[in-house]
Amino acid sequence: MKTAIVKYNAGNIQSVAFALERLCREGVITDDPKQIENADKVIFPGVGEASSAMRFLEEKGLDRVIKNLRQPVLGICLGLQLMCEFSEENHTQCLNLFPAKVKRFDTNLKIPHVGWNQVYNLRSPLFEGVEEGSFVYFVHSYFAELNQYTIAGTEYGNRFSAAIQFNNFTATQFHPERSGKNGERILKNFLDL
Amino acid sequence: MLAKRIIPCLDIRNGRTVKGINFENITDVGDPVEMGQLYSEQGADELVYLDITATHEKRKTLPQLVRRIAKNLNIPFTVGGGVSELSDAEVLLENGADKLSINSAAVTQPEIITKLAGKYGSQFVVVAVDARFENGEWEVYVNGGRKPTGRELFSWVREAEERGAGEILFTSMNHDGTKNGYAVEALKRMAAEVSIPVIASGGAGQKIHFKEVFEKTEAEAALAASVFHYGEIPIPSLKKYLAGEGLPVRV
Repeated sequence: MKTAIVKYNAGNIQSVAFALERLCREGVITDDPKQIENADKVIFPGVGEASSAMRFLEEKGLDRVIKNLRQPVLGICLGLQLMCEFSEENHTQCLNLFPAKVKRFDTNLKIPHVGWNQVYNLRSPLFEGVEEGSFVYFVHSYFAELNQYTIAGTEYGNRFSAAIQFNNFTATQFHPERSGKNGERILKNFLDL
Repeated sequence: MLAKRIIPCLDIRNGRTVKGINFENITDVGDPVEMGQLYSEQGADELVYLDITATHEKRKTLPQLVRRIAKNLNIPFTVGGGVSELSDAEVLLENGADKLSINSAAVTQPEIITKLAGKYGSQFVVVAVDARFENGEWEVYVNGGRKPTGRELFSWVREAEERGAGEILFTSMNHDGTKNGYAVEALKRMAAEVSIPVIASGGAGQKIHFKEVFEKTEAEAALAASVFHYGEIPIPSLKKYLAGEGLPVRV
């Protein structure tokens, strides 16, 4: 019952592994395609810049590996953005698993969007036991548009996708690994899918 | 609704949380991880750990401590104190720090902000600024507030933003330790001049000071140490008070 955590040139990967430890689940940080393909669950985390992350994934062949996964996959933060179609961040073609574009916040508010914000219209088993309007932790400057696969929304200047789900692919813009008890519940829900 | 953040700050020496005034009369107040967990349970939104250990010893102890914090804490935390090279930063991030705070090194070698932001992203880089108001001007100080730099506060903060800082942590040395409230005027101007979040620090003594800083300035977060460590302001009652005053907080 292993979960593979995709290792690539993005930050905060270790904190996801620690979050699994706190839930007493086994997680392996790896960039080995075989290990990723054979895992029961895959987490695709990361904080960083879209174009250099995509380039790294392509060089390692991990872009195809991720796209072809059939087991439950959870993207987090940059992971969610890379699972979309296109990112305005350095005009990056992404994995195109979700039909959404990633745009930069265009507001008079502070950017990055850092801190605890509320999630609404929760509609997925991912949010079982999590109340409407719960606070989770965000840190990002780009957001994925709302689309038909949005399973949670948040507002910061405009409304955007806090979480997206299509087939076996689920992703959150917020960091469940840093979102206190709500985050722990969401991670646990994913691991129990 | 994005919540205003309440951030307890823990000073660390040789792996323990300590409390002292101007580096004197330092007393041990507890284990950094246990205190962090307690604050997290009480509703702290984030934590800042500031290592005041002598630099040569810190290289060994800090990465281990950061790892232990990252393993046990389920809210974000920032680590600061003596990060002067890219390699120091790398070790802390690899061990699970969410953000790094850089202070003196950012002033003496500003390119470190550019490098860190370029390599890890702006969200990892908190530029901490200590400044004192004297003769009508705010001057930036380094080395734990001991050394004046001749640098004007607001131009420095704008430069830090341009170089890629993700947040500014501003401590007013005039207000720090007074318990008379935050530097509201300076914070008001700073938060209006930069488009990144500003964290207010220095001067918290009563609940009303938190209300003031959030109502009168665009600061996104307020940091304090002693009022939390000594239980003068319990975080749950602070949050409840702020919510009752109509401020957006996570309760």
